[in-house]
Amino acid sequence: MFSLREVAKTYPNATIALESVTAGFEPGEFVALLGPSGCGKSTLLRLLAGLEEPSAGRIEWDKAARPGPGDIGFVFQDATLLPWATAADNVYLPLRLRGRTRDEAAPLVTAALAQVGLSDFAQVKPRGLSGGMRMRVSIARALVSDPMLLLMDEPFAALDEFTRHKLQDDLHALWRRSGKTIVFVTHSIYEAAYLANRILVLSPRPGRVAADLRPAIPEGPHRRSSGAYTDLVAEITDTFKRVMPEHD
Amino acid sequence: MTKTIERIAPFAFGLAALGFWQGLVWALGVPSYVLPGPIAIIQAYLDDHAVLDSALLSTLSVTVAALLGATIIGVALAVAMAASRLFRAAIQPWAVILQVTPVVAIAPFIIIWVNQPFLALVVCAVIVAFFPILSSTAAGLAATPPELQDLFRLNGATRWQTLILLSLPSALPSFLTGLRVSGTLALVGAVVAEFVAGSGGFASGLAYRIIEASYRLEIPRMFAALVLLGLSGIVIYTALGWLEAVLLHRRDGA
Repeated sequence: MFSLREVAKTYPNATIALESVTAGFEPGEFVALLGPSGCGKSTLLRLLAGLEEPSAGRIEWDKAARPGPGDIGFVFQDATLLPWATAADNVYLPLRLRGRTRDEAAPLVTAALAQVGLSDFAQVKPRGLSGGMRMRVSIARALVSDPMLLLMDEPFAALDEFTRHKLQDDLHALWRRSGKTIVFVTHSIYEAAYLANRILVLSPRPGRVAADLRPAIPEGPHRRSSGAYTDLVAEITDTFKRVMPEHD
Repeated sequence: MTKTIERIAPFAFGLAALGFWQGLVWALGVPSYVLPGPIAIIQAYLDDHAVLDSALLSTLSVTVAALLGATIIGVALAVAMAASRLFRAAIQPWAVILQVTPVVAIAPFIIIWVNQPFLALVVCAVIVAFFPILSSTAAGLAATPPELQDLFRLNGATRWQTLILLSLPSALPSFLTGLRVSGTLALVGAVVAEFVAGSGGFASGLAYRIIEASYRLEIPRMFAALVLLGLSGIVIYTALGWLEAVLLHRRDGA
């Protein structure tokens, strides 16, 4: 779908966020970008979204996959909803910005809210929603324009453990159902192991790809407790031990 | 219980202070041309309320017009400053200079340059009042959440769409805070302008009545006009605070 060729990013204050990242991404993959805080994983996501330009290297898109407005759905760490708009209006926003009328968009908005289980909360404003529900609205907003690529920047980091598990289950199911390509940034080994079918482990700053894992954990209700899952967590932990600098 | 006491506390304090004041005036036999007691002030208002009420209306009309002008100018400048860094760099120091220059110093020029007395007073009051709206709206626009700006960019939003659908609504709470400060400043500006203009101005506002009463040594009447000004300030501040609460509740309420 697209590939990164020795992509590097240095900020004007001389911080090297990324140093020569090379990797290819296939359609339908659920890729977790896993790494410690400050390793440049969010920067990588912003480069993919076109919100920033790489300082060196390039991102090559397949001819058919070159993204235009609305082709990339982005879910931020916070839900970042418009506080004055209802859940439905927040989900409608990306379509509105591209000139779709409310009537035209209504079926898409309804479908997106249904996908995240919020059909009954369409007319509620963010203040009336829980943290988990707000994040669901944010995901529905990213899905409403049926993007070919969904980028998620630690979307569940601020949620409590129970809500996080539920949203992880739902996101994984949604990916299996829709076959969307997802790039998901996280610093949680468990989250990456549970969600993704490919894990890029990034080393601490400046970020480089330290490992490219393609786990095959059996699907089903016991995914979190399967032997393959615990083996994968152990493997990622070992990888981190290798690449993390020694601490006292 | 504590809430009720807190609510009536300002009124109780006011009444006690007025009682003390009246008692002092009586006890010491202070003549009313030095310091009139509250009863004499109320009496002066009742004797002359037709003139004082119309003076109040005149000052308030200048205040409201100035607040409208300050809102339009303040918001327009804030939007332009948010849109263009060059414009911000060019304008900001001049806005500060205008703000720190005492309006008493420039009012005489404005009264000479602007022929129409009402407009001259409004211009003076706008100069006093526009800065809080400008600075707080500009701060509100600058604080638009960057993630939402990114979201708008990702969806190919135009600058106009970003302004109307995101930046202005985001800046609403800051704007309303600035508006509340500007409301009372517009009243101050209107009064200062009337003072400077004197009989050359509109010749009917509360400040003009205060000057007139002081020339005639009608001190209770002067105090009555002063009290009307104070009350107007409280009403403006409270009304704008109420507007802020209602608008924000309607905007964000679940």
